[in-house]
Amino acid sequence: MSKKMALIATKGTLDMAYPPFILGSTAAALGWDVQIFFTFYGLQLLRKDLSDVKISPLANPAMPMPVPMPVFVQMLPGMESMATMMMKQKMKSKGVASLEELRDLCLEADVKFVACQMTVDLFDFSRSDFIDTVEYGGAATFMKFAGESDVCLFI
Amino acid sequence: MNHDKEYDASGLACPLPIVKTKKALSDMATGQVLKVLATDPGSVCDMAAFAEQTGNALLEQGEGGGKYFFYLRKG
Repeated sequence: MSKKMALIATKGTLDMAYPPFILGSTAAALGWDVQIFFTFYGLQLLRKDLSDVKISPLANPAMPMPVPMPVFVQMLPGMESMATMMMKQKMKSKGVASLEELRDLCLEADVKFVACQMTVDLFDFSRSDFIDTVEYGGAATFMKFAGESDVCLFI
Repeated sequence: MNHDKEYDASGLACPLPIVKTKKALSDMATGQVLKVLATDPGSVCDMAAFAEQTGNALLEQGEGGGKYFFYLRKG
């Protein structure tokens, strides 16, 4: 019987969007059964359009910057978009897959995506905002799979 | 070493060399040999871990011409 990995994806920023999709696609390539439970801001990773997933230098003091940038500059309008654009360019130049590509690789390999119904309702999201290959459930749905898993991570 | 298929993962970063190697193996027959090229230094450890967990034998691995190479026999 194949090994199982259960992940909870709770973050909706570009940097924190990578770990669930990287681990999910890799585990699936190793023949594992994978389920990812998306809740709170992690729901943003299920949107049809991922272009709003951004990275912020603000409150990310460990983020390497090309030039030192004081916090009051990081707060200026447009800084988040600029940081996101620069990060995406860097990722592309280093051969890092886009989020879209990694998500597609997960889906292709039958990684199961479950959206947390409670937070979908909390934020007034509509199922039509999300890609079609998503199931909807709650904590009990996650526990059923997580209880049989070999690896279980909260991201 | 003789091989039935070659996949070049040069320039790709984790997890693409592994995920794409898995895809390259998918249409091969048991016993056939896949040669993989990569530039990601992490792929040295990753390919061994991939082979061990998937039952594909890592016949040979090494470095040459600025690239890492791997020969996998499909299990």
